Amino acid sequence: MAAQGPNASEYIVHHLTHLNSLGQKQAKLVDWSVFHLDTLFWSVTLGLLCILILAKAASKATSGVPGRFQAAVEILVEMVESQSKSIVHGDRSFIAPLALTVFVWIFFMNAMDLLPLDLLPNIWAGIYGAAGHDPHHAYMRIVPTADLNATLGMSLGVLILCVYYSIKIKGIGGWMHELFTAPFGSHPVLYPINFAMQLIEFVAKTVSHGMRLFGNMYAGELIFMLIALMGAAWAGTFGSGLLWIGGVVAGSIWAIFHILIITLQAFIFMMLTLVYIGQAHESH
Amino acid sequence: MNLNATLFAQLVVFLILAWFTMKFVWPPIMKALDERAGKIADGLAAADKAKADLAHAEKKAGEELRKARESAAEFRSGAERQVAQLIEEARVEGARIVSAAREAAETEAASASQRAREALREQVAVLAVAGAERILRKEINAQAHAELLTQLKSEL
Repeated sequence: MAAQGPNASEYIVHHLTHLNSLGQKQAKLVDWSVFHLDTLFWSVTLGLLCILILAKAASKATSGVPGRFQAAVEILVEMVESQSKSIVHGDRSFIAPLALTVFVWIFFMNAMDLLPLDLLPNIWAGIYGAAGHDPHHAYMRIVPTADLNATLGMSLGVLILCVYYSIKIKGIGGWMHELFTAPFGSHPVLYPINFAMQLIEFVAKTVSHGMRLFGNMYAGELIFMLIALMGAAWAGTFGSGLLWIGGVVAGSIWAIFHILIITLQAFIFMMLTLVYIGQAHESH
Repeated sequence: MNLNATLFAQLVVFLILAWFTMKFVWPPIMKALDERAGKIADGLAAADKAKADLAHAEKKAGEELRKARESAAEFRSGAERQVAQLIEEARVEGARIVSAAREAAETEAASASQRAREALREQVAVLAVAGAERILRKEINAQAHAELLTQLKSEL
């Protein structure tokens, strides 16, 4: 059996390979005809779960004495409301709910990292094998935010909203004026420089927004894999036993620390969403 | 780590979820929160009002108590005055009655002594006559000596 098991490199590569619509590893770095089915499935499932939970709280919301569940949701809503109020000055009827969705949804997607690393992939391998396919090619990544497509997709959504609100608040003309006159000032010589700076700013904002979340979750997932490899070194000898204990200890520590990270990253993504949309509301 | 169409799918899902939250989640919760804030504000205002009312009532009660005490004191002093007056009047009346009685008694005594004196005078005259009769052993006409006796009476 041990001879047939994957070595460390194969194990990690297998865990980092997406289940995509090609059925095999995507050859090109960028290919717009391919979908990551696992990312889509888990992000949509968790998104539905998150809005169902919120909708349940909303449908039972009473102005009387709240239950614990309602109070917990209210704490979240109050937190998002106060943050959005202090950052975005203007109509927040869409922005505040957006921030709430971002926070809860990303928190849920990040929290998939805390599930046992091999649990869902192994279940999937069983199903895949039962369906008559080679279980060695049953790829399944369960943390959608550790997929750059997911995080960049969301940050791209924020960019679109920034453009929408810029035009809505300042008008096409006002926004164009800002694009060409800020940050250095209104002078024909400065127009191209200003515009280039603005473009760089938008690209940097969007890419860093998506990359930050992706990087944190990807690294976290990778560390879980390394810890799992350490625990898997158990082979009945004393030294491998120590490694197994080290795997348990390190896994516990990293999982506990990860509770902070998944919450913090969800919060950071929400705050940056608010900050970027808030900037769209303010004229230079 | 590849880029592909998942990105756009995720973008659309993202916007749909946010729209759903805006439409169905956010408004009822905010409504409940605002309503509760209103209720709490009302409750606090009612508590403040009750407190003010209580202070007012306490002040009023104190005022009433003070007034009652004052009027009681007034009544008491009035009653005392009245009592003193009644006593004084009684004393005056008593003194008057006593002096009247004394006067009446004195008058009575005076008239009694006058009467006794009169009677004594009568008897003195009779005794004198009887004595004289005895001395003279002869009858003296009382009528003839009436003038003399009357003179003697007035001298007594």
